[in-house]
Amino acid sequence: MKGRKIFGGKAEGEALVSTEGISFYGGVDPDTGVVTEKGHPLEGQSVSGKVLIFPVGKGSTVGSYTIYRLKKNGKAPLAIINRECETVVAVGAIISEIPCVDQIDTDKIKTGDKLRVNADEGIVEHA
Amino acid sequence: MELTEEQKDMLEGKNGNAVKKSMSILVALGEIYGAKGLIPVTSVQISGVSYDNLGDAGLEFLDEMAKDGKIRVKTTLNPAGMDMENWEALGIDPEFARKQKLVIEAFEKMGVEATCTCTPYFIGNKPDFGDHIAWGESSAVTYANSVLGAKTNKEGGPSSIASALTGFTAEYGLHLDENRQAHFVAEVKAKVDNPMLFGALGNVIGRIAKGRIPLITGIKKATTEDLKGLSASIVTYGGAPMFHIEGITPNKTSVPEERVVVDKEDIDNAVKGMNDAEDAEFIFIGCPHCSIEELKKISELLDGKIVKKELWIGVARPIKKIADKRGYSKIIEVSGAKLACDTCHVVAPLKGRFHSIATNSAKGIFYGRGKNNFKTIFRTMEDCIKLAVGE
Repeated sequence: MKGRKIFGGKAEGEALVSTEGISFYGGVDPDTGVVTEKGHPLEGQSVSGKVLIFPVGKGSTVGSYTIYRLKKNGKAPLAIINRECETVVAVGAIISEIPCVDQIDTDKIKTGDKLRVNADEGIVEHA
Repeated sequence: MELTEEQKDMLEGKNGNAVKKSMSILVALGEIYGAKGLIPVTSVQISGVSYDNLGDAGLEFLDEMAKDGKIRVKTTLNPAGMDMENWEALGIDPEFARKQKLVIEAFEKMGVEATCTCTPYFIGNKPDFGDHIAWGESSAVTYANSVLGAKTNKEGGPSSIASALTGFTAEYGLHLDENRQAHFVAEVKAKVDNPMLFGALGNVIGRIAKGRIPLITGIKKATTEDLKGLSASIVTYGGAPMFHIEGITPNKTSVPEERVVVDKEDIDNAVKGMNDAEDAEFIFIGCPHCSIEELKKISELLDGKIVKKELWIGVARPIKKIADKRGYSKIIEVSGAKLACDTCHVVAPLKGRFHSIATNSAKGIFYGRGKNNFKTIFRTMEDCIKLAVGE
């Protein structure tokens, strides 16, 4: 799958797929990486160490700082893949230096899939 | 996106790490929103200043940017979580104060003047008509676009810092004239003649707008304070950070077909919807921060009275200095009210400390509820002061 680079870098790991958007500010615990938003499809699961797939970011611009805090705590995802990236996630990925690619058909990826991400080229493939 | 040689150098790290990171933020945003290039800005307002919102991670980011980052354009800061000089009187926890000071020190290291206010246009950061700027703080963004005729998107903390350290922003959204045209006409058929009612009007129109720009008609007169209240409210309740008022605001717009009428009942319902408390433990005036005219009026209302409830008046420090000279501050402080510089009830750590608020700000009601879980009373400034002194 070929998408668009938001922030470069390479990563390889297991996919964690959310069918809904993620609000990092107030929706993900910055100290543990666990999704805390009530009723969210990933509620209770940790984004840490995963290739995190979700359609689009949502919520407050403070969310960029939450992503940064995850990174500093060693709880960040390995990479972020979106259908459509928006400012909060884009800025979060850049300041945290997390490989990030968008314009990917996220429906083609399932939780547990082994993925190889080459964000420099915008490529996401099954490993 | 086309970059100039200077911009390419910045992106490659020839001007240091903070500039490199800033450039990558701006380029990524430009790519996402289909900008042709980057344009110079004349002014920046940075949001994300309160430690209550930043946490340690935000502070770390600021420290990293401050290592080799220096501002290249006029830059001011949004309110912090406390009065930077008088925080003890506001009952702020010393550990919070220590962290908040570190945040401000990081900004000072970048060369930012540490006056923290949501009304930079009152303290010398007032762009000219047509200027491209990069502002955070939604109320100030809306005021700048609509009332001053400057051009800015609604920036977040990191992107506003990125513009301060590079002097550029990506050319998309409200920087382009075609995106600054009204989408619908909001015909006001109600008396709207004080900042509180302009806030209620912003609530009604913001909800209708859902991210679109209104051309408001039927308003004959609006003061600076009225427009400040409308700017804060309309964007809080869902509008784009821009509006036009026929005969009052300076931007040109085509006149759209779609029309909605806002009548007295709509305004009354909005006011009713923002009131759900019987009484208030805490009263806040100055969201957005007070003008010198508002301080004059408050001092007249408080003259010779003693407040019976916690009353904070939010103001930029340079405006308070004028009020000091004119004697307004003394009258206000003798009454027991507190002049809170640099901060406000939206960004100060107040959750759990109070349970109800009275304010004349529609924006203040929204965040009082959402962020601090307050029950709310929404009244005019005069009535809020009466409540504070127990009349």
